Amino acid sequence: MSAVVAEHDDHHEHDHGPAKGLLRWVITTNHKDIGTLYLLFALAMFFVGGTMAMIIRAELFEPGMQFVNPQFFNSMTTMHALVMVFGAVMPAFVGLANWMIPMMIGAPDMALPRMNNMSFWLLVAGVLLLASTLFMEGGAPAGGWTLYPPLVLQTGKALPFAIFSVHLLGISSIMGAINIIATIFNMRAPGMTLMKMPMFVWTWLITAFLLIAIMPVFAGAVTMLLTDKFFHTSFFDAAGGGDPVLYQHIFWFFGHPEVYVMILPTFGVASTIIPVFARKPLFGYSSMVYATAAIAFLSFIVWAHHMFTVGMPIAGELYFMYATMLIAIPTGVKVFNWTATMWKGAMTFETPMLFSIAFVVLFTMGGFTGLMMSVAPSDFQYHDTYFIVAHFHYTLVPASVFILMAAGYFWLPKWTGHMYDERIGQLHFWLSVVSVNILFFPQHFLGLAGMPRRIPDYAVQFADWNMISSIGGFIFGASQLLFLYIVIDTIKGGTGEKVTDEVWEDAAKHSLEWTLPSPPPYHTFTTPPTVIPTEHI
Amino acid sequence: MKKAKQLFAGLILMALGLGTAQAEYTLNLMKGVTKVSHDIYDLHMLILWICVFIGIGVFGTMFYSIYHHRKSRGHQAAQFHENTTVEIIWTIIPTLILVGMAIPATKAMMELDDVQASEMSIKVTGHQWKWEYEYLDNGIHFFSSLDEASNKVRQVGSGLDPRSVPNYLLNVDKPLVIPTKKKIRFVFTSKDVIHSWWVPDLGWKKDTNPGFINESWTSVDEPGTYRGQCTELCGKDHGFMPIVVIAMDEPDYNAWVEQQKAAMAAEAGSASKQWTTEELVAKGKAVYDTNCSSCHMADGAGLPGTFPAIKASPVVTGDINAQVKLMLNGKGMMPAFGKMLSAVDFAAVVAYTRNGLGNSVGDSIQPSAIQTLQSASPAAD
Repeated sequence: MSAVVAEHDDHHEHDHGPAKGLLRWVITTNHKDIGTLYLLFALAMFFVGGTMAMIIRAELFEPGMQFVNPQFFNSMTTMHALVMVFGAVMPAFVGLANWMIPMMIGAPDMALPRMNNMSFWLLVAGVLLLASTLFMEGGAPAGGWTLYPPLVLQTGKALPFAIFSVHLLGISSIMGAINIIATIFNMRAPGMTLMKMPMFVWTWLITAFLLIAIMPVFAGAVTMLLTDKFFHTSFFDAAGGGDPVLYQHIFWFFGHPEVYVMILPTFGVASTIIPVFARKPLFGYSSMVYATAAIAFLSFIVWAHHMFTVGMPIAGELYFMYATMLIAIPTGVKVFNWTATMWKGAMTFETPMLFSIAFVVLFTMGGFTGLMMSVAPSDFQYHDTYFIVAHFHYTLVPASVFILMAAGYFWLPKWTGHMYDERIGQLHFWLSVVSVNILFFPQHFLGLAGMPRRIPDYAVQFADWNMISSIGGFIFGASQLLFLYIVIDTIKGGTGEKVTDEVWEDAAKHSLEWTLPSPPPYHTFTTPPTVIPTEHI
Repeated sequence: MKKAKQLFAGLILMALGLGTAQAEYTLNLMKGVTKVSHDIYDLHMLILWICVFIGIGVFGTMFYSIYHHRKSRGHQAAQFHENTTVEIIWTIIPTLILVGMAIPATKAMMELDDVQASEMSIKVTGHQWKWEYEYLDNGIHFFSSLDEASNKVRQVGSGLDPRSVPNYLLNVDKPLVIPTKKKIRFVFTSKDVIHSWWVPDLGWKKDTNPGFINESWTSVDEPGTYRGQCTELCGKDHGFMPIVVIAMDEPDYNAWVEQQKAAMAAEAGSASKQWTTEELVAKGKAVYDTNCSSCHMADGAGLPGTFPAIKASPVVTGDINAQVKLMLNGKGMMPAFGKMLSAVDFAAVVAYTRNGLGNSVGDSIQPSAIQTLQSASPAAD
C-alpha cells in the first residue's frame, strides 16, 4: 500500500529560488537548506565535543592532576558524551535524511517542511541551553551522560537547564522522526514500493520509529529527576519509597535503542556506498531489511545488560544475557552481506569506500567486544572499565563517525557540484584510521588491567597505555581539521573539475539522486521520476 | 629517552597484537585469586578466541576480495546479489556458537550468584568518597580512605611525582582484612550516591545502592594484598576511593581481630579523658585532611558555589554547639559525621576548624561531650 502524492499542480510556472540574504537560513523550509543547516551544525558540534575529548585526553596523558580539577573533568566526560550524541551524530544523520530521503524516493521535499524548520531550530536552542550550563554556578552536569540519580541531583544551578535542554532535544528529534515517517509513507514516487527503497531510506524509517518510541521515555525519566529535586517527589529516593535503580531501567530502555538510533542509519549509508564502489548490487537486500528490523526489535528487550552489576535476580541476569547474545545474529548477517557484496566485485578505493571498509572492519571489532560483554559473568569484570569505553567508541567513532565522513565525501560532489581533493581525502582517511586505533585499541588493555572509566587520574601501571592513547587522540583530533578544510574547499570549488550528474561510475543505477544534476536545483522532483533504479535490490 | 623507547616498543607490540610478560604493558584480563575469577577468566578467553577465529574468517575473506577483486586488476564485477541458502547458513551457525557460549556462561553466573552457606559477613557501605566496613559477626567497624601520600600527590598542580608513591591511588589508610579459605558474604549499601565495589582479583564488582542491599561472595585461597577501586561514577573524587583487601591465614586473621578489639577499647577510654584545645587542634589536622578536605579543600577555602569555605565561615566562627549539631546530622551534601567519626576525632576536627585554617575562635568541645551527643543524636541510630 503506498499512497503517492504527486504534487503536480502546487507549483507555479516560474521556479521558486531561496530567499535572499541570511534570513534564507532562518526561515527556510527547503529540505536541502535544512539538511545543510543540520550538517554544518553537527560538524561544529563535532569540534566542540572533540575539544572536550582533547581536554580529557590531555589530563589523562600522564598520572597526576595537571590541568583541570576532578569536578570539571567529570563535566567534560558528561558534556563530551551529550554533545557528541545529541549535538553531533544524531543531527548529522538527520541532516543526511533531509538531503537524501526526498531525492532517493523521488519526492519534491519533506512531507512537513515547516515542522522541519522548527525541529532544526529547537535543536539549536536545546544544544545552546546545554552548553550554557558550562558557565553556571556549580558547573555543567558532571554525573555522566546517563544522569544517574542520586548523583545527578547534586548538580548545581545547571540541573533544570540540562533537563529542559533534554526536553527540547527530544521534541526536536520526535518532530524529525514524524517528518521522516510521513515523507517515506506518503511521498514515494510511483513504483517506489517499500521493498525497492534504498537501504538508507529503510534504515531511517526504522530509526524514526525507534526515536518516537524512546524519546518520550527519556523525557519522562528526566522530568522525574526534576520533580524529585524541586517538588519533593521520591521516584528515585528510597527514603520516600522510591528506588534509584528504577531510573536506570527507564534510562536504558531509552538508552539502548538510542545507541541503535546512531548505528542503524550508519548501516544504511554503508549499504549505499559499498555497492557503488564494488560495482555490484547489494548482496541480500531483503535480508538486510529484515536484519535491521530485527536489531531494532531486539534493542527494546536488552536494556538491563547495561546494569548486570546493579543487583538483579539471577533470572533477570540470565534473560538479559541471552537476549543480548541474540543481537549478534542479525548484526552478523549484515557484516556477512557487506562482505558478500564486495566479493567478486570490481572495487575501486576512493575516500568514501575507504571509510566504509574501515567501518565494516572496525565496527565488527566493536561488535566482538559487545559479544564478550553480553556474557553476564564476564561483564562483572568488564563493566564500567576502559574496556567498555573502548567498545562503545569502536561502535561510534570508526563506525558512525567514519560513515558520516564517508557520506560527506560520497555526496559532497552531488550537493555542491564540485569535486573534493581526492589526495587530501585519502590523507585524511589514513591519518584517521591509524590514529583512531592508537587512540582506542589500548583502552581495551587498560580496562582488562583494571582501570575504571570516568576517573581523572590513575595508578601508575596504567600510565603507558594512557599516554599512547592520548597521542592517538591528539593525532585523530588534528586530522579532523583536514576534513573541515576539505568541506570548505569543496564548497568553494574543490578541484575545479566539473562533476557529472552521476559523479561515481554507474551510480545512477543504484539510486535516484544520481539522476539529478550536480548540484541539484533548489526544487527537485516536482514531477515524480518514472524510472525507479533497482540495482541496489 | 627511555620513555620514548618504551612508547615505541608499546606501539610495535600493539601493532603485532603480541602478549608480553612486561607488567607495564598489561594486555589481558587478570586471572584473579578465586574460583569464580578463574571461571570468568576461562570464559573470557573462550569468547575471545571465538571472536578471533570469526574475525580471521570474515576479515580474511574481505581482504582477499579487496586484493583480488579490484577494478585496477581488471576484475569484472559479478552480478549475483542474493542466495537464501547462504543467508540461512550464516544465521544458523552463529546461533549454534551462541548456544555453545551460553552454557558455560550460565554455569558461571549461577555460581557467582550463590551466596548460600557463607561462614561470615561483611557489610560494605559506600560514602562520598570512602568505604565503610562492618564485620557483622564480631562488631569490628572502620572507614577506609585514600592514603595520605597519594592524596597529597593527586591534588591539582601538586607538582609531585605519582611514581614516587608506592601503589599510587591504590592504597588506603586502613585496609579490609579477610581470612583465607572461608566463604565470605558481602552485603552492600550506600549512604549517599551509587558506588561500585570492585577488586579485580576477586572476579566481580557490585553496585552499592542507597536504601537497598546487594549481596555477593568470595573465598580467597592464597594470602595476599588485592587492590581495587570504586567503579561507579560517584562525584568529584570518584577516582580517589580505592579498595585494599588483605587476605590472611586463619591464625593471623584472628590475631588481627584481637588487635582491632583492643584498639577500639583504647579509643573508647581516651574519649573520657580531659583534652586541652591545643591537643585537639594538633590531632584535628589529620582528621580534617582525611574527612573534610576533599570538599572544603586542604586550606579551608572551599569551592565557591558548591562547597562553602571553612575560613571565616559564620558556622565555624559562630556558636560551637550549632556547629557540632550541623556536623553530627549533616545538611544537604554535607554528610552526617555523627556516626562516621569517633568522639575524639570529632572533637579534634571541631577544634581544628575553629582554631586552624585561618580561624582563631579559641574554644573547643570535649570528646566526652561529643560522646553524649552521639548517643542521643538521631543520626547515630
